[in-house]
Amino acid sequence: MAFSVVGKSVQRVDAVAKVTGKAKYTDDFYERDMLVGKILRSPYAHAKVKKIDVSKAKALPGVEAVLTYWDVPHLKFATAGHPYALDPSHRDKEDRFILTDKARFVGDAVAAVVATDELIAQQALQLIEVEYEVLEALTTPEKALGEGAPLIHEDCERNILAARGYHIGDVEASFAESDYVIEGEYETSIVQHCHLENHISYARQDSDGRIIIVSSTQIPHITRRIVAQALGLPWGRVRVLKPYIGGGFGNKQDVCVEPLNAAMTLAVGGRPVKLELSREECMIDTRTRHAFKFKMKTGVSKAGKLKGIQIEAISNTGAYASHGHSIAMSAGTKFRPLYAFESIKYDPVTVYTNLPAAGAMRGYGVPQIQFALESHIEDIVNKLGFDPIEFRRRNLAGVGYVDPLSKNKVYSNGLAECITKGKELIRWEEKQAGYSRQSGDRRRGLGLACFAYASGTHPVGLELSGARIVLNQDGSVQLQIGATEIGQGSDTVFAQMAAEVLGLPMDMVHVISTQDTDITPFDTGAYASRQTYIAGMAVKKAALEVKEKILNFVWGMTDIPAEMLDLKEQNVVYKHSGEVVLPLAEVAMHTYYDTVFAQPITSDTSNNARVNAMSFGVTFAEVEIDLKTGKIEVKEIFNVHDSGKIINPKLAEGQVHGGVSMGIGYALSEQMLFDEETGKPLNNNLLDYKLPTIMDTPDIGVAFVETEEPSGAFGVKSLGEPPAISPAPAIRNAVLAATGVKFNRLPMNPQRVFEKFKQAGLI
Amino acid sequence: MYNIKGYLDACTVSEAIELLAQNPNLRIIAGGTDVLIKMQHGQFQEAELLSIRTLESMADIKKLEDGTMIIGALATFSQIFNDPIIQAEIPALAEAAVSMGGPQIRNIATIGGNICNGATSADSASTLFALNASLRLESKTGARLVPIREFYLGPGKVDLKPGEILTEFRVAPEDYRGFGGHYIKFAARKAMDIATLGVSVMCKVAAKTLTEVRIGLGVAGPTPLRCVEAEEFAKGQEISKDTLAQIGKLAVKSTNARTSWRASKEYREHLVEELVQRALKTAIVRAGGEELA
Repeated sequence: MAFSVVGKSVQRVDAVAKVTGKAKYTDDFYERDMLVGKILRSPYAHAKVKKIDVSKAKALPGVEAVLTYWDVPHLKFATAGHPYALDPSHRDKEDRFILTDKARFVGDAVAAVVATDELIAQQALQLIEVEYEVLEALTTPEKALGEGAPLIHEDCERNILAARGYHIGDVEASFAESDYVIEGEYETSIVQHCHLENHISYARQDSDGRIIIVSSTQIPHITRRIVAQALGLPWGRVRVLKPYIGGGFGNKQDVCVEPLNAAMTLAVGGRPVKLELSREECMIDTRTRHAFKFKMKTGVSKAGKLKGIQIEAISNTGAYASHGHSIAMSAGTKFRPLYAFESIKYDPVTVYTNLPAAGAMRGYGVPQIQFALESHIEDIVNKLGFDPIEFRRRNLAGVGYVDPLSKNKVYSNGLAECITKGKELIRWEEKQAGYSRQSGDRRRGLGLACFAYASGTHPVGLELSGARIVLNQDGSVQLQIGATEIGQGSDTVFAQMAAEVLGLPMDMVHVISTQDTDITPFDTGAYASRQTYIAGMAVKKAALEVKEKILNFVWGMTDIPAEMLDLKEQNVVYKHSGEVVLPLAEVAMHTYYDTVFAQPITSDTSNNARVNAMSFGVTFAEVEIDLKTGKIEVKEIFNVHDSGKIINPKLAEGQVHGGVSMGIGYALSEQMLFDEETGKPLNNNLLDYKLPTIMDTPDIGVAFVETEEPSGAFGVKSLGEPPAISPAPAIRNAVLAATGVKFNRLPMNPQRVFEKFKQAGLI
Repeated sequence: MYNIKGYLDACTVSEAIELLAQNPNLRIIAGGTDVLIKMQHGQFQEAELLSIRTLESMADIKKLEDGTMIIGALATFSQIFNDPIIQAEIPALAEAAVSMGGPQIRNIATIGGNICNGATSADSASTLFALNASLRLESKTGARLVPIREFYLGPGKVDLKPGEILTEFRVAPEDYRGFGGHYIKFAARKAMDIATLGVSVMCKVAAKTLTEVRIGLGVAGPTPLRCVEAEEFAKGQEISKDTLAQIGKLAVKSTNARTSWRASKEYREHLVEELVQRALKTAIVRAGGEELA
């Protein structure tokens, strides 16, 4: 189908606002006499707060309030950005207080200060005297699971947050029928999102005493609910505004600073208080990516068919539950539409430790399991002498796959074409031939890795998105969505969708980018790569409703039946010939000012999606390894995606660039490090945490295989998270091809590479 | 958070020296890329700062008639990297300068601050060591010249006496003329990073022989250092792979690397051995020698 706006690389609707500095972020909502909040953090990873003396801090001029556990409501709340569940058994684990009386990681918030400026707040923190009873720091899942280990949360035996897995088919029978059964162990590291804008919010009370919070969040409506729950307030007493935000990657799909910020403004009579985390704080007291350890065991036939797979996983969720329980399940779920396994047995254990809380991060458990699975597949291929590309291709589950547990059906799957395209782009055959016999200190190799992902969370979570469209007097429209622009470009693609349906140019669609829970349609927010798919359908439905109302109105004006009419280039036209009946602006004026028939045209639509579309893709990578220094350089990398119809190719390419660079960091350099004895963070800053710079990032090749997804608006499927999934295993497999050395643990940084090469006798 | 108790801006070097003599608690700030970070981390409380940023005379880079190179302590890393005299006469220092931080940091950070900060990882230090640079330190009682190898006293500790200001670096003509040099910064990233190891090598060749080799290392011990044993051995050796290998091995002997979460001692020593050879290979070519296969 030919579209006029959808599928075009139109300019971002916020491009000018952002490059001219006019776009307002949370920190730009400055108010006169704004106070500053600061947090006192535990120096111990595991310790009870026995006594806090805040008298000296309170006496410091300029200090307006000092808060401890004993000054805030004792209502346990959950922080994960999931829709509320009416079914209590489906709710997130409630294991937090606004301020704690037991520190569970180094940096846990035990007290807070509100002062007239940051310096005074900082000085006041130093005047708070805390007496701790120090407990054993459980810095690894092994320690936390150990006999006699102290409990991090009293209600979780053996420090296990969750251990729910599943069986599909009979994996033992599959192994018995297999010609080979191959095992492997793989491990990923704790990493951080490193969004440009740290966590920040500001809170005050309005004249009615309601709490107003401006926050850098992906989930304004959920934030409103959680703040109210944490404070024991009716939900309507809280209003959350989400302005432009400087990135989130899942770390703002969680409620980190807002409940404390709200408690702060309540403590100072509703005066405005800003709570902003420094980078060092953000890296320990927001969320991280779960480190996983996997044991995989796979049965394969002589003909190279995957039979059954058994996966044991240990996930380190850190000090608080956050998304922990659902991330292990997501990992075990999303890979299923990739390969046609006869049987799968998945046994995850999610364990509390005394490290920063892990939560949602781009890919939600899938970059972890996909690193393990695609490394494992490569090891199988190597051991049995199959071709890595053909082996994967032969085992694809393909179109028509019905997930036995979720019942989601795959209606579109372009992965086989993606593989073909990626293979050509990297010139696999030609290079492979040249790399078969290498000597010397520099070696090159090629690798690939595939992935499957979902679009949203159905059937696990509610998938509700709202859109509101108002037709203005001039024939332009306002578009309001509950879905949040977090830099990914969602405002632009929604505007494209509305423009497409309504026959408008982009500049006649005015997107209200700020979400305000008092005004904005309900939506659960930016996560799970859901918005273009779920909220996109809401926008399409709202636009179709507005279109229907316009055409019906014109029927009343002209006596031409609505079904004979269409909207094109800001005109109402005859559908059959395109002949102009009326300019849309003229119709719009009548909807406002006709003395008899005026009735402004609006739509307020909600899409409750009970579908889920699987997206697919592959990374092809070429690496060069300096054997003597252990440095791995990615020379070429291509990500080829099936994300259905691409609404805006330029923005889509940008998504892939960002995801791949995240994947390269995950593969080669990023890891959060902690002292194993004390749990103290060693590198919670951007100097010591090796996030790659643009100088370390090669040119990233991007291609799309566009399929038609029947369940998505305009045929769209997810793209937000997928680009970050497959680069790490592709790079790992390329290193294996170049050197014969298996790196089963991330990251492959020079120190580790040196150690492995030494073991392997390469140096 | 910056807890700045006082801030004085000196207009001339003599005024700066005078202010410093009156109040020895003043902390000198130039580009501020180290001082401000230390303040933010709470390393100095209630700092009284003396800014020397506007002392233009201290930012000059020039070559005196006798060939002595003068590099003002306030020369920024961007300035050093872009300076035609530095690029022509001591390109290894330009390489070191451009390896530091990112463009914004290089635009403001000064070479004097880099050295006075006392870090073993200072990107300019290993090259200044290899160049036998000396430091001019001025105070109310006069000026003194200190060789850079004597200036470093320990990690974060330098021989800057109360009341003294580092005004310039001097490199004598015999320390750079006829030398070829190369700096390798080994770090996890290609920009915005701290060196895992910094290697600066200067050498002179005649016919197929090394007549002089100087090896300066950063992060191979608590302070930047020179590999004296390797340098002694290298003098008069024929240029060959074997010679380089032996120089690499001997260089490790001068180091005092330690294991930390950043890198193990074993790995650092391995890097010293390998990267000294690589830097020397390039330096040989730049000194007019033949390229080793």
